[in-house]
Amino acid sequence: MSLVVIETGIANVGSVINMCRRLGSDPVVSGDPGVIAIAEKLILPGVGTFDASMANLHKSGLTEALQLRASEGVPLLGICLGMQLLFDSSEEGVVTGLGLIPGVVRRLSVDSPTGPVRIPHMGWSRLVQPQPHDLTKGISEEARFYFVHSYAVVPKENSDIIGISTHGTTFVSAVARENVLGVQFHPEKSHRYGKALLGNFLQGF
Amino acid sequence: MQVEPRVIPVLLIADGQFVKTRCFCDPVYVGDPINVLSIFNEFVVDEIITLDITAAKSRVPQSFALLQHYAEECFIPLAYGGGLSTLEQIGEVFKAGYEKVVLNSLLADQPGIVESAANRYGSQAIVASIDVRGGRDDRRVVVHGNSDVVADSAAGWARRAVDLGAGEILVTSVDREGTGTGFDLELVAEVTKAVNVPVIAHGGAGQRAELSLPVLESGASAVAAGSLFVFQSHERGVLINYPPRSQIEGLFRGAGGSYAELG
Repeated sequence: MSLVVIETGIANVGSVINMCRRLGSDPVVSGDPGVIAIAEKLILPGVGTFDASMANLHKSGLTEALQLRASEGVPLLGICLGMQLLFDSSEEGVVTGLGLIPGVVRRLSVDSPTGPVRIPHMGWSRLVQPQPHDLTKGISEEARFYFVHSYAVVPKENSDIIGISTHGTTFVSAVARENVLGVQFHPEKSHRYGKALLGNFLQGF
Repeated sequence: MQVEPRVIPVLLIADGQFVKTRCFCDPVYVGDPINVLSIFNEFVVDEIITLDITAAKSRVPQSFALLQHYAEECFIPLAYGGGLSTLEQIGEVFKAGYEKVVLNSLLADQPGIVESAANRYGSQAIVASIDVRGGRDDRRVVVHGNSDVVADSAAGWARRAVDLGAGEILVTSVDREGTGTGFDLELVAEVTKAVNVPVIAHGGAGQRAELSLPVLESGASAVAAGSLFVFQSHERGVLINYPPRSQIEGLFRGAGGSYAELG
């Protein structure tokens, strides 16, 4: 069992599957802890709210399964809300997160040096890479990624930050802590740039 | 660099084909959907909105299996609207690989379902489509494909949509749609002032240079067009096209402003 895309009930997994297939991988979609237990690689997509998604993970026994597999070194990529779930907690809710990367999730600021910005941040933005990483290998700073979100992660440790983007003010858009990775944007909807990044994850970890 | 204003092709589906209308009438055949979508995908367009105008009238949505085929061609954000009237149907669209649903008549017919959909899938996935006919003094918000008047204030209808949970507004000028006579910038400004969610301006784009106007002058976050991206001229000969990225960036850099204040 190679790649498993985690089914959380409300996330849109269709487009993630489409792009994985285009990259030559045939992922299994599952919300079964027994399947997660034998996965070699995991993608945690996410749409919806922090509390509702964590509640779904708790209910189906996925919280422990994911924490265990992550501790065993299985590569895990969180996408959008899936990235936020990797952290300790979120301003969006009261439920505890997966706690795989130290830090919190905060609402994006509407303030910017040039006046208020609209939330959600919806559209294409660039990715500044404060340090090289295998996940962003070969991705130039001209590359654009598609974002739809109102919250963003605030990692406790700067060394976990591998991507920064701007909407009014800067926010962390890509993280990596050993085998636990996360991107705030949607690689599966970011065409060739997303394909390159997802390809890096599928081949390089 | 701020979020770049999105430039969005709007594709109309009628009886399983892509067509283009003028003032919501007079459909002209544009092409086979899979073919057209794969061309736009190659252009790396910012986003695509597909609207089924047959379904909007019959209230029976496009086949979800077909929607899934469309989605398999596109590695860019996709929205679908037309005939969606239950929470289950809305869920099927997401399952097919779309990011957003476009809801129009449902705002009038069953606002409770719009609300449930926003609660369940998040506001970012719900685009409220507002069709407006008339000019400054006689505006009317219409539904069911320009058949029934439901309000006389686009701003009020937009606020209501946001209260129901819509995370984005697509505002279309019925009178300008397909005419190439320019966006109704006043209408767009009325809506952007009324709500704090992103607004997509649609209806009237006649040339590429006009695409930046709703953003720079009316506060829109995105612009949408049909004819401009599927025809080569006002004679309506089909030519699928999209401005190169450098041209888009140049357009929005115009008027001496950055994107910053425009969100």
